[in-house]
Amino acid sequence: MSTASGQQPTEVSRRRFLGYVLAASTLTVAAQLGEGAVAPRAEAAVPGVPEPADLYDLNDMLTDATLATASLITITLNPDGTASFALPRTEVGQGITTSTAMLIAEELDLPLDKVQVSLADARPELVFNQLTGGSNTTISTYTPVRVAAATAKQRLLEAAATELGVPLSAVSALQGVITAPDGRSLSYAELAVKAASLTTLQVSVTLKPASAFSVIGTPQNRIDALDAVTGRKQFAMDVHVAGAMPAMICRPPTINGTVVSVQNQGVVQAMPGITDVAVVSTGVAVRGRTFGQCIDAVRALQVTWGPGSEDAATDATVLAELRAAENPIVTPPLPLLTEAIDARFTFHFASNSALESNCAVADVRSDSAEIWASVKAPITAQEEIAAQLGLPVGAVTVHVTQGGGSFGRKLFHDAALEAAEVSKAMGKPVRLMWHRTDDFRHGRAHPMSISRVRATYSLGQVLTLDQRHTSVATEFGHGLGEIITSTAAKLPVGGLTLSETIFSLTQQTPYDFGVTTQLLTEVDNGFHTGSMRNIYSPNVRCAQELIVDQLAKAMGQDPYHFRRNFLKDQRAVAVLDKVAQVGHWGRTMAPGTAQGIAIHPEYHGFVAVLVEIDCTPATVNRQIPDAVTGPRVTKAVCAVDVGLAVNPKGLEAQMMGGIMDGIAVTLTSSLHLNGGYFQEGSWDNYFYTRQWNTPPELDVIVMPPTTGTPGGAGELAVAGAMAAVACAYGRATGTMPTTFPINHDAPLAFTPLPTVPPIPQSPTDGLSRAY
Amino acid sequence: MPSHTFVLNGQQVTVDVEDDVRLLWVLRDLLGVTGPKYGCGLGVCQACTSHINGKAVNICCVPVSDVQPTDEVTTIEGLPATVGQELHPMQQAWLDMDVPQCGYCQPGQIMAAVAKVLQARAAGRQLGDADFDQIRNICRCGTYHRIREAILPAQTKF
Repeated sequence: MSTASGQQPTEVSRRRFLGYVLAASTLTVAAQLGEGAVAPRAEAAVPGVPEPADLYDLNDMLTDATLATASLITITLNPDGTASFALPRTEVGQGITTSTAMLIAEELDLPLDKVQVSLADARPELVFNQLTGGSNTTISTYTPVRVAAATAKQRLLEAAATELGVPLSAVSALQGVITAPDGRSLSYAELAVKAASLTTLQVSVTLKPASAFSVIGTPQNRIDALDAVTGRKQFAMDVHVAGAMPAMICRPPTINGTVVSVQNQGVVQAMPGITDVAVVSTGVAVRGRTFGQCIDAVRALQVTWGPGSEDAATDATVLAELRAAENPIVTPPLPLLTEAIDARFTFHFASNSALESNCAVADVRSDSAEIWASVKAPITAQEEIAAQLGLPVGAVTVHVTQGGGSFGRKLFHDAALEAAEVSKAMGKPVRLMWHRTDDFRHGRAHPMSISRVRATYSLGQVLTLDQRHTSVATEFGHGLGEIITSTAAKLPVGGLTLSETIFSLTQQTPYDFGVTTQLLTEVDNGFHTGSMRNIYSPNVRCAQELIVDQLAKAMGQDPYHFRRNFLKDQRAVAVLDKVAQVGHWGRTMAPGTAQGIAIHPEYHGFVAVLVEIDCTPATVNRQIPDAVTGPRVTKAVCAVDVGLAVNPKGLEAQMMGGIMDGIAVTLTSSLHLNGGYFQEGSWDNYFYTRQWNTPPELDVIVMPPTTGTPGGAGELAVAGAMAAVACAYGRATGTMPTTFPINHDAPLAFTPLPTVPPIPQSPTDGLSRAY
Repeated sequence: MPSHTFVLNGQQVTVDVEDDVRLLWVLRDLLGVTGPKYGCGLGVCQACTSHINGKAVNICCVPVSDVQPTDEVTTIEGLPATVGQELHPMQQAWLDMDVPQCGYCQPGQIMAAVAKVLQARAAGRQLGDADFDQIRNICRCGTYHRIREAILPAQTKF
């Protein structure tokens, strides 16, 4: 025992934090999203010469940015014994309301179904602390949320001890009930008001050791699943706001085109159901009784359009621009007998369109505005909307609704800004929604890029790896820019532009490949861009992993063993070994089929993916109406180590989704630019993974905790899956793919919809297609 | 303005609206039934899938005038009542497999799955790969695998 007690203070002091009991009528506790609550980071243990992202990555920056804000997050214990928490993050399907509820349930010793997690309105006082991105939510809130919950439990225990007339050390909490040694007990419902404080107190609390966890690390179903399957889950367009009638925009035929004049405004305004028509900065807005009548009105508008910003642009012109901007690779003098592998890859524009198209409800009055939207940077949205409307920030309320997917799209608030402008122009509340066709053609796209990779090797060693990634600029107008500016002094990179900084903070090479350089060059032009379930990694890492396969081949080694020999980190080796073992790496495959294997490190985590692909003619030429079939991934095995999986079932779901994205961007989905607009206008044009592309066999292995602290999950799997599918395709066909998706240069698999009118009419044959 | 009557989730409803307005908007914008979602308005994404007289229909492609007074329109909200339970076995299967991520497409996925199972059953067989290839509903979160895992055991439970 003496040894144990000798070690205890260090162990406990690492779990000791400051919480607050707030003055309130029922028990209300808080913790700082800041230095007081954040545990010290584990020492990095990276051998070799580290790249910037090895030492300090995008997530460290996002976490550190939260340290300076002296704002609190608050948990309320309600008199019915439930706990409520308004999470200052945005739920778009990634499962953070569930994992946050689990953290609270754990430290509060309350059943999970008694924890309610809602989404906080924009809270400008949180400054940098309300941005949902970079898979950072759990990393940055893991400790503060638990501190607040532990503060509540401590306070409840104290109240119970007083009520029961026993020492504090004699009472214990379990499942929302506190019990004394003689069996008498009090529920949290009975204690919620008694445990409240008249004044705000700062208290010291100790978090549970991982060995005592009974909720964290256990697979749990989503807390919002019942609402989702019953249709009760409320998205922005389901929120009832008095007088907020449907509104849509008639958009220009090309990107950034402008309204010159409207010929028939009066006629359209008199159409059935239509109440208003107004010219706004992005087109002509209509408001009506139903969205169906708004579609009719948009189609009826006769507008003279001015040119857009990219009317002469095609895939080929953008590609030429990228090639012209690419930085050369200057390799230092190398020993004799050194050989090189050099390849360039093209990644086409892709759409981050979610199934819920861009939408927002806005009620703008002369002196105030209220917005309902799923936005991942609500503070930036609030500030920009206030500026646009000429209102003080405090006069604008931004309610964050549940989001129907994001994939990067909801980092921007294009629809919220537009809804505010339309509501102001019409002087009425609106429920503004983008048509699907607009969402593909005028919504944000993941930028086209090229990646040149050159590796040199000699005598069984890789001597250099140089990567020059050249991309159409990615927009970061959602608050990340301000975060970087404010943390600039701490970053291990200097003198870089915003996007170069982000690139250097996110891009890692997991292998010991000698002198490694990775540089980003951007070509700025008039496209609306954004990240798409990751910023650069899927493309950058896919290119790298294809080169790794080439290196292995050139050096006469098996792709799995080659990777294993050069990996820097044991956690990477462990996930790679796991997929190789579970996926039976190296098993005999029929001609035209092959396995592929890849690894990806990011967000303090590691993922490995092994896939099997079928490129035989019988599979590639499968006929499904209005679909792209093509090569099929028949099996995917994924092993993931995020340090600590708060909810393994949720993590598994994120990996599955990421794999579907990886398959899509490798094999089927892209945007084709021609004549200043993207040709795609429907889900039968933009070929995201469908049931017929889904691997019949899918296995996700969540590794046991390694670091004890959670890493990011939302985007992690995409890069690993993309790379594995690309490597498998190369091995099955004998030709390394260099254009993504692989079918991009094939004839279009659809007939593009017209651009005038900008959106298609809904068919009327629904009943004849009933089944 | 024309008047339209039909049976919605077991209740007779009458709504005054132009003939060509699609049923999706009549339900969502005029009757406040928001389970069926908009994802394209083209009969492609199938997020609005509901049942008319027990068959799956993309209601974004049905003019309200096509719906007759005796037609029974069932949305996700009315699905449990069709089996006289609090949750339809397909919804329960969705919960068991923890299928939803963002949840936006899931009402349509469930309505499509129920109809697909009934269609296969009428043909005297269980769901196979060819049937899954006919489920066109988009899930942008990529929950397809868990959807399959939910449907297969659920198909014998109703």
